[in-house]
Amino acid sequence: MSTRKNSSPPEPATAKQRYRTQSGLPLKEVYTESDLAGSNPPREIGNSGEYPFTRGIHRTMYRGKPWTIRQFSGFGSAVDTNRRLRFLLEQGQHGLSTAFDLPTLMGRDSDDPLSRGEVGREGVAIDTLDDLETLFRDIPLEKISTSMTINAPAPVIFAMYLATARRQGAAWSTLRGTLQNDILKEYIAQKEWLFPPRPSLRLITDLVAFCCREVPKWNTISISGYHIREAGSTAVQELAFTLADGIGYVQSCLEAGLQVDEFTPRFSFFFNSHNDFFEEVAKLRAARRLWAVIMRERFGARDPRSWMLRAHVQTAGCSLTAQQPYVNVARTTLQALAAVFGGTQSLHTNSLDETYALPTEEAATLAVRTQQVIVHESGVSQVVDPLGGSYFVEDLTHRMEKEASRLIHTIDDMGGIVAAIERGFPQREIAEASYTYQREVDSGERIIVGVNRYQQSDDTPIPTLSIDPEVENDQLKRLEKIKSQRSQREVTRALDRVRRTARGTENLMPTFVEAVEAQVTLWEVCGTLREVFGSYQENPVF
Amino acid sequence: MKPHPHARILVGKVGLDGHDRGAKIVARALRDAGFEIIYTGLHQTPEMVVSTAVQEDVDAVALSILSGAHNYLFPKVLGLLREQGAHDVVLFGGGIIPEEDRARLLEQGVAEIFTPGTPIQKVVDFAHEKIVPLARKRRQAG
Repeated sequence: MSTRKNSSPPEPATAKQRYRTQSGLPLKEVYTESDLAGSNPPREIGNSGEYPFTRGIHRTMYRGKPWTIRQFSGFGSAVDTNRRLRFLLEQGQHGLSTAFDLPTLMGRDSDDPLSRGEVGREGVAIDTLDDLETLFRDIPLEKISTSMTINAPAPVIFAMYLATARRQGAAWSTLRGTLQNDILKEYIAQKEWLFPPRPSLRLITDLVAFCCREVPKWNTISISGYHIREAGSTAVQELAFTLADGIGYVQSCLEAGLQVDEFTPRFSFFFNSHNDFFEEVAKLRAARRLWAVIMRERFGARDPRSWMLRAHVQTAGCSLTAQQPYVNVARTTLQALAAVFGGTQSLHTNSLDETYALPTEEAATLAVRTQQVIVHESGVSQVVDPLGGSYFVEDLTHRMEKEASRLIHTIDDMGGIVAAIERGFPQREIAEASYTYQREVDSGERIIVGVNRYQQSDDTPIPTLSIDPEVENDQLKRLEKIKSQRSQREVTRALDRVRRTARGTENLMPTFVEAVEAQVTLWEVCGTLREVFGSYQENPVF
Repeated sequence: MKPHPHARILVGKVGLDGHDRGAKIVARALRDAGFEIIYTGLHQTPEMVVSTAVQEDVDAVALSILSGAHNYLFPKVLGLLREQGAHDVVLFGGGIIPEEDRARLLEQGVAEIFTPGTPIQKVVDFAHEKIVPLARKRRQAG
């Protein structure tokens, strides 16, 4: 360490320094009772477990049950990932969270020219039911809950999951888990789409309606701000666009003829936790209050479960630095703590090496240990909403709520989130925020330790994980074998039924189950849908 | 009257990766610095990118890859550029790219790979130093 030199000494704060949150909300030096004057504490803040849930969705919060440590993982082949999942279950983990590779996320098969070089890299490759069955071999789907991070092709992957359950003899009514299935944020931020927004929403409402009848314990959509933030939005934009997406899903399901209290209790949310500690806490508190009011007042929901915003949080991948990567552990710890003070139901902490590659096992273990230290050693989980009632945190919660409401109204005035997306509104707002952020980092106005302050010239490289390129060839062979063994007649018949149903208005889910059971591949189904639904080209804004 | 651009640069996203935050920031910074930017949009194949590069007669191609497919995609685009006779087009890029992969790609002929934490000015400086002289030469020759 003694050979390392700081290239820039700390500088004293100048008189010019502006005090504000990461989203740009101005901050006072001190907050007092008068800052609560505009609000109505009993109504706005209330009690935990009660409308509007500002202080948390459960009365006893982490005393009743600590948040779930839910780390997202998976890479390579279905066989490798199955081994990993079984290992995690043996370690006492109750829920699984699977990562799919990029071709699967885009509905493509491993033998597609666009998939070259990407098979099994960032997650597990799934082409046919055979792969998904292998992924869950010897894992009783009746007993575990599975979270699947998949969006555009989610209904087809879910059909594979249902078919796997059927083969295992597990009743669909017992299945528990979550599909991300949030296509709107794909157009806004992550850009993994297959079809234009409107037919995509039909796929989602078909899945939601199907689950209401057949898979009632399944969480049908995880409405995600995470990716919006990673794309460069502010915390306020993340809050507003995520809730606007939620409003969009509720409206679509209502238009499809569902009753509000029938499907909304199965919606959940997924937020980011970035560097600005209090702003992240306030964001989660404001999110719960906003959603409760939207559900009760705007949509007339009567079931308290419809009012509750259940949240998963992941620390901010985009905040990690390649420079001095061990410092990322400190960042992640603070972000995780903010998520806990914000009252999250589950949490993923990132690994320190993720600006280089998927995490090594050591780095991933350290990320889990970080949460275990918070839950078992820090003592913070013993008291419900410990920051509640703080003049500052309540005022900030109030302001986050107000700013986000303003953006949601702007979107309402445009005709809703789909119309806003088609006009490029959220995309442009995010591009602007992300460029501003980068300029602030580059100018040094925003300090990032190790990047623009306290740099070291001799950063020693850290170990990184590499993926065996043979995974791709093995998967190609597997797929070729299945294609040669299945009944072509059944494949054609199943795809005809998908096509016919897509043109009509009947629920598509049963046709997907039938297709995957005939070993139709993911892209054969998605490609057939694309013939009917068309594809999507965005008008990029930068 | 807009000043004459320093050079034409294609900024592209190849493969299935949709993470375009970095690509768009670089595109905008280069545009603000006086370069002409052709942004391909998402989900391009190497063939599509190279065909656009040749048609638009660009001086450089910048690829952003965050999906881990860099070891396949950079050499593929480089090979196609050479096949199309575009030997003098500068290929550079950035993304989540481990150091040993970066070194190998530079050896293969990629002009520069920028990794997370790079100040945008460094990319702009690179464009001035490495692309502008080449663009001038190409225009004189053409």
